[in-house]
Amino acid sequence: MTTKDIAIVGSGVMGLTAAHQLALRGARVTLYDRNRDVGRGCSWWAGGMLALWCEMESAEPLIGELGLESLSYWREHFPHVINKGSLVVAPPRDTPDLKRFAARTSHFEVIDGKRVAALEPDLAGRFETGLFFEKEAHLDPRKALGFLSERLQKDLGVRFVMEGDVRPEALDADHVLDCRGFEARDVLPDLRGVKGEMLIVRTSEISFARPIRLLHPRIPVYIVPRDDHHFMVGATMIESSDQSRISARSMVELLNAAYALHPSFGEAEIIETGTDVRPAFPDNLPRIRRDGKILRLNGLYRHGYLGAPALTRRAAEIVMEGKTFPEVER
Amino acid sequence: MTDQVLFYGETFTSRLLLGTAQYPSPAILSDAIKASGAEIVTVSLRRESTGGKNGRAFWDLIKALNVRVLPNTAGCHSVKEAVTTAEMARDVFDTDWIKLEVIGHADTLQPDVFGLVEAARELISQGFKVFPYTTDDLVVGEKLLSVGCEVLMPWGAPIGSGKGLNNVFALKTMRAHFPNVPLVVDAGIGLPSHAAQALELGYDAVLLNTAVAKAGDPVKMAKAFALATEAGRLSYHAGAMEARDMAVPSTPVLGLAFSETL
Repeated sequence: MTTKDIAIVGSGVMGLTAAHQLALRGARVTLYDRNRDVGRGCSWWAGGMLALWCEMESAEPLIGELGLESLSYWREHFPHVINKGSLVVAPPRDTPDLKRFAARTSHFEVIDGKRVAALEPDLAGRFETGLFFEKEAHLDPRKALGFLSERLQKDLGVRFVMEGDVRPEALDADHVLDCRGFEARDVLPDLRGVKGEMLIVRTSEISFARPIRLLHPRIPVYIVPRDDHHFMVGATMIESSDQSRISARSMVELLNAAYALHPSFGEAEIIETGTDVRPAFPDNLPRIRRDGKILRLNGLYRHGYLGAPALTRRAAEIVMEGKTFPEVER
Repeated sequence: MTDQVLFYGETFTSRLLLGTAQYPSPAILSDAIKASGAEIVTVSLRRESTGGKNGRAFWDLIKALNVRVLPNTAGCHSVKEAVTTAEMARDVFDTDWIKLEVIGHADTLQPDVFGLVEAARELISQGFKVFPYTTDDLVVGEKLLSVGCEVLMPWGAPIGSGKGLNNVFALKTMRAHFPNVPLVVDAGIGLPSHAAQALELGYDAVLLNTAVAKAGDPVKMAKAFALATEAGRLSYHAGAMEARDMAVPSTPVLGLAFSETL
């Protein structure tokens, strides 16, 4: 049997996990990206929450299925998954939002203020109740991108062609996987952009063990702890494909929410702001579209790390084993 | 004879106006609007969405629904901001209709009625057809009419609160004083029964968003609201019975066999 030659365009979490899934199945993979470094699109700005049960608040059941598989993938292949669950809280006046969240989700425990304080000592006395999703996990997206990229190149013989601004149509391989995200909108007319904005702040006054979601009727946010007292605060969801900068209003809203979670965030340094455009289909579900020898993997929306491994496993099995997956081939 | 509602010279059959924010996905939004039978949808304008073709995908989706678009100035806290947003909305959505919101309080999202009247006056002088989101204050309503509004949209309760019609007395007063002005309960509606109640009071329509968008099944809830507004309107036309304090048997007892021996 001859080895299959696969080209992948895009080195975000989709492209990298696709390369991994294919290399694991014996393909010879070349990965192209127009940037100098890997994963400098949405994947770079992501929260990295593997919060499939929380996401059921607004996502379709398919995201839960893909998420469960992706969670196992990360636990198996990435040594730095943090398995501490996630915590959902609401200011007292927004408890109806907490009730609604609980009604729409599962796999959580309703916990009281004592338990909140036991899990996150810095939140002691601040919240009377919360939802604890013990089985969820999170990871640092930039670590995951770096780890995967190194493993692919060093151990799995994947060739990286950086600053290779190529069109999937122009590549000569047995199969081409188009993992360009929003860049592929010219060939995916029903793809739209959903703008997201985030901040990274640093403060050594507080520390969290796990991602915390603060519910709010207008501006729900999450705060994900990272190494060295860094916290990722995200993320806005705006129906727009504007990729420019974070707006003042969004910054105010994100910081307000962080401050509401804990006033120490008022003293934090702002390390970084980020803006990008999530690629999404009208139902906000990811898809694999076949276009001759090209497979277009897209539409991860806000579920990059939660969706990519499961989607790319399917793509790899389409390419290597001729399988079909009606749930994502739409 | 068809029973229609008139907004600035245009007639509509559906008495449900639906907001387009906060749905789980555009696909669900689209299905919910279809299920609601709404002929008018409100669309809020975030400035990011207007730069060139950046917000085009969402706008195309709304256009594909073939409904009348009522852009709004949601989230504007000053007259100037509201007027600027309305002007942008006119360009983006190609309509002179505008739902005017001038928010006066960040927590309650209560309208700033002074700014509202001022902004309405300015926009009407520019040729806009203004749908003002106002309180249930009668005098403010009169001022809005005097500057040229031809529709009033008092709140039932604060935006997104889902508390229903908080001040039925004030809403009835408005209806009684403005018998010929189209009145829409805008904001605060949480349940189909709230919508039915507004229509039973003689309100011409209801405008809501969160109650559908944040329902467990938005499409089903949209249908529920469609039925409720229809029921409320029918009830208004049918003429409801008067409530009373004592029981009145629905089957007359007089003349029944043995009734005299009891």
